[in-house]
Amino acid sequence: MTDQDLKQATLDYAVRLGDDALILGHRLSEWTSRAPFLEEDLALQNVALDYIGRARMFYGYAAELSADGRTEDDFAYLRDARQFSNLLIHELPRGDFAFTMTRQLLTDVFNSLYLDRLMQSTDATLAGIAAKAAKETRYHLRRSREWALRLGDGTEESHTRMLRAIDELWGYTHELFELDALEQQLADAGIGVDNAALRPAWLAQVAAILEEATLSVPEDSWVVRGGRTGYHTENLGHILSEMQSVHRAYPGAQW
Amino acid sequence: MKDQLDLFEVFIRARRGLDHKHVGSLHAEDHEQALEYARDVYTRRSEGVSIWVVRSADICASQEDDSESFFDPSDDKPYRHATYYQLPEAVKNM
Repeated sequence: MTDQDLKQATLDYAVRLGDDALILGHRLSEWTSRAPFLEEDLALQNVALDYIGRARMFYGYAAELSADGRTEDDFAYLRDARQFSNLLIHELPRGDFAFTMTRQLLTDVFNSLYLDRLMQSTDATLAGIAAKAAKETRYHLRRSREWALRLGDGTEESHTRMLRAIDELWGYTHELFELDALEQQLADAGIGVDNAALRPAWLAQVAAILEEATLSVPEDSWVVRGGRTGYHTENLGHILSEMQSVHRAYPGAQW
Repeated sequence: MKDQLDLFEVFIRARRGLDHKHVGSLHAEDHEQALEYARDVYTRRSEGVSIWVVRSADICASQEDDSESFFDPSDDKPYRHATYYQLPEAVKNM
């Protein structure tokens, strides 16, 4: 690969990671004023803001690499669903509180492993973003783990809701551990993360937490994929239409 | 989970070397959760380096009715203040 190819691949990679963070951050922000109680409302907003901040850092780096005048806003607000490359698990509707916290648990465990590797990236900017994000994720995981324990080992109702959430989410977790050619190239170059290698550790951690929460890992009976190639669920279009509406109605508006 | 969350009082130390100060209260299920919510509710703008939480029910507070017997007796004991004493000439600064 030439340096130019590698630069383009790194740009695409940064956009992917930015998309993951932005879409999950947006989903979490939808809880604002709707959380079970005030303290949890603020806590969820904090996590959402961590993700939006993460998206800005990744998009900012992509914009810098593009060197064609694009900014973070171009990536966030001026692309359509087919151009978004977030993993599908991040765009699923927020569901009930059990669903949201289960998704957080599954992705927090993943992110904690992923970011630890990305911190070792030969790309100093990606490594720097990962170092900052890893601290946030350690706290996110502490929260989502505790909620899994509270709800899984809580009432019959909360237990049932957790079981349902895990079943609904499990088929979307496989995509977390798949690499396409671009990600494989970057992993080989020491820039990206070989996420396929993370699955055993992820599964062990998730299984241990679920077991402690009197829940269990479901069977791998179905798999959905497509996020990285722009094939999304119908949910992404709805997120984008809401998230991008102001920017598209008032292009270049500032406050 | 309980139907009603417990009330906790939150104390935050702004910087090393300072005391923990009472900053407010919040609802949580247990100490662990209270500590995390204290972090999320009261340290969003880097207000602290250490947090204490305690169940409000565990605080034993003086009562308004007791204030006469508790606090008035010290009003007529000025000798308990350092300013009551005249410093000897030999002591220049204190």
